[in-house]
Amino acid sequence: MNTIEASLRDHPLFADLEDAMLRQVARCARTRHFDAGQYLFREGGPADAFFLVRQGLVALEAHAPGGVAILFSTLGTGEIVGASWLVPPYRWMFDARASTATHVISVDAACLRSQFETDHDLGYALMTRFLPAFVKRLHATRLQMFDLYGGPTS
Amino acid sequence: MTSMPQPGMARCIEPAALQALIDLLAQEGYLIVGPTRQDDAIVYDRIAGLDDLPAGWTDVQAPGHYTLVRRDDDAFFGYAVGPHSWKRFLHPPVETLWRALRDGDSFTLAAPSAPAPRYALFGVRACDLRAIAIQDRVFRDGAHVDHAYADRRRSAFIIAVNCGVAGGNCFCVSMGSGPRADAGFDLALTELIDAAGHRFLLEVGSDAGAALLARIDNVEASMADVDSAKAVVSHTAAHMGRHMETRGLKELLQGQPQHPRWDDVAARCLACGNCTMVCPTCFCTTIEDHGSIDGSSAERVRTWDSCFTLDFSYIHGGSVRTSTRSRYRQWLTHKLAHWIDQFGVSGCVGCGRCIAWCPVGIDITEEVATLRVAVEAGNEAGHEHD
Amino acid sequence: MMPTMDGDAWRPSVYRVARVVREFEEVVTLTLRPEGGNRPAFMPGQFNMLYAFGVGEAAISICGEDEGQGGFVHTIRRVGAVSHALASVSEGDAVGLRGPFGKGWPLSEAERGDIVFVAGGLGLAPLRPAIEHVLQHRSHYRRVTLLFGTRNPHTMLFESDFGRWRRGAEVDAVVTVDQADAAWRGSVGAVPALVPRATFDPKETMAMVCGPEVMMRFAVASLRDAGVPAESIHVSMERNMKCAIGLCGRCQYGQDFICRDGPVMRYDRVASRFSIREI
Repeated sequence: MNTIEASLRDHPLFADLEDAMLRQVARCARTRHFDAGQYLFREGGPADAFFLVRQGLVALEAHAPGGVAILFSTLGTGEIVGASWLVPPYRWMFDARASTATHVISVDAACLRSQFETDHDLGYALMTRFLPAFVKRLHATRLQMFDLYGGPTS
Repeated sequence: MTSMPQPGMARCIEPAALQALIDLLAQEGYLIVGPTRQDDAIVYDRIAGLDDLPAGWTDVQAPGHYTLVRRDDDAFFGYAVGPHSWKRFLHPPVETLWRALRDGDSFTLAAPSAPAPRYALFGVRACDLRAIAIQDRVFRDGAHVDHAYADRRRSAFIIAVNCGVAGGNCFCVSMGSGPRADAGFDLALTELIDAAGHRFLLEVGSDAGAALLARIDNVEASMADVDSAKAVVSHTAAHMGRHMETRGLKELLQGQPQHPRWDDVAARCLACGNCTMVCPTCFCTTIEDHGSIDGSSAERVRTWDSCFTLDFSYIHGGSVRTSTRSRYRQWLTHKLAHWIDQFGVSGCVGCGRCIAWCPVGIDITEEVATLRVAVEAGNEAGHEHD
Repeated sequence: MMPTMDGDAWRPSVYRVARVVREFEEVVTLTLRPEGGNRPAFMPGQFNMLYAFGVGEAAISICGEDEGQGGFVHTIRRVGAVSHALASVSEGDAVGLRGPFGKGWPLSEAERGDIVFVAGGLGLAPLRPAIEHVLQHRSHYRRVTLLFGTRNPHTMLFESDFGRWRRGAEVDAVVTVDQADAAWRGSVGAVPALVPRATFDPKETMAMVCGPEVMMRFAVASLRDAGVPAESIHVSMERNMKCAIGLCGRCQYGQDFICRDGPVMRYDRVASRFSIREI
């Protein structure tokens, strides 16, 4: 097992992926580092990769007039950053900024998507890992919307 | 003079002796409450003697229905139960728990001024004896004792009456609580009216009952009288107006909080809370704190409350049970199921009051039976399409 | 531990307000000391009934023990007439107090294992004495994690405690907010989302959860998802409490009286009703 394969195996998303499939993903993957304040991607840019956080914290932001960033979510160690690479037109909807020094595995989206087209088993195995993560994030976002802690007067 | 009456023995007394019994209780300082006819219903109120009893009256009961009609005899106890139960005396509708006075920059608490009266409860039916025993478990026998209740209960003298008629809404036989009073009384009467005359078989349930009986004219009950009294109770037991199947009822109700049948009853229920007010075991209360307008004194008052009110389940932000569906479910499930977990006994005694005094005639026995049939048939919410 | 108040749990005792700390917005923390005598012992997770003279009484969880001065610490949010009156007291004022009541957190059962505290908003208050207990007996526990969700960085309850709790990495305390501002450097998002990021051995963990019911449902789902057994999760429930001694019937939650059988309840024992509306 090479270094990138070992890093992928350490990430909870791929902890129990078959070895052969892990090797296929590894072919599209590389490790990267972002300093605090650096952007992983920007709204409107091509969603050509996704990121598995090995260590660090990534802030998702939307920007509004007046230059104020609306920070609505942070993603940390063991999580996946980026979903827009899965659905056309493959454009980022938000900014992703490293809040702290952040180590990630970056996976090339075009590379992986083309493997999905020829290997549906790989596509299925990865979708069954991506989808729960995204559904849980959807649930958490709804909970966040409820504004539960403000008390009845708010 | 005959031998001293003992607990468990049967004696026979004339109506005049019953009046003497009431007089003795009054002399002993008891406040005697018993059945009286007021506002076309039989209610419990202060009585001075047999003349206050609703002699010659009976009740006709059905779901949402209660009327009094004349009997063709002068029986003193020829009816079932009315809208009152004895909880209005032992667990009063309004009770001051304490008063407090401003004391400089602090305050001091004082006990409520009036001591509780000693009650003689005259004419307690078997179902209501069970209800008192159930409220004993709630207020007296748990981890926290309600001392005021325990005091009223300890000082109460109870004269039970075995039922000579079954009301149209009665189902004490289903609940194992009647119609015969078998425990929890000082004295128990069975009214006998036949060729041998109008008299009472009297059973002794306590030393206090025995002591009182020794002071009135009584004779040993004949075998014939004992048999007649048994026949009265058997006849009543055989003519219950309603039936409730209790087999597996706790599990049935606790397993069905989402059943669509609750929507059906909610469509009829007015959430008026009458059932909880007339129920002899419903014990829920609210606590209100009042302050005088000048801020010098305050008091805490406990009043009967009902799980059918919106306020009952209010927590900051809103009420937990906003729908009638959830409130009816709470009442019924608590009464017939959770109560068993909480107090080791069902909260229902089969008196039928909640059926009679429901303005829309919701019948607890029918609701339970319908739910059981629906659950056993596997009915669930929603429809299947071909 | 049951209170003894002249044998009558209905009667409040007089306590003096020793300290008032404004936390934020409508939230204040009061230190209350008994007028004469000592306060009764309490277990973290229990609550007291606090009485504002002539106004009324409210159930408030105990959030601290007034270090050696023999008092109780309570955090109160102004939401109704009673809490408004209580939150408006000044030092030296007299209030009524009866308690403590109810069941607390399973701190002895949790010994020799990991602990995950999950708190939302004012739900941190009843967990605070549990955290303090763990710090006082730190060697009895392994990894200790606090996941705290709050509305925004301006509604940080017990902000000054966090530094102390984190010192020497005794507690891994993570704060997440629903709404961040530019200055916020911490986590943003719902508190259950922090569970998968935390380090603990799920089979050897006791989880203690307190916050709004919706938040607790999500938090329990996250903990279950992380492999924590249902019987190792404890939640603190809230219902309308008037008497606090199982007599008024108002705080029923299925077959339980929250005042007597709760407020802290083992999740597996309430799981079947946890998600049912209007129970």
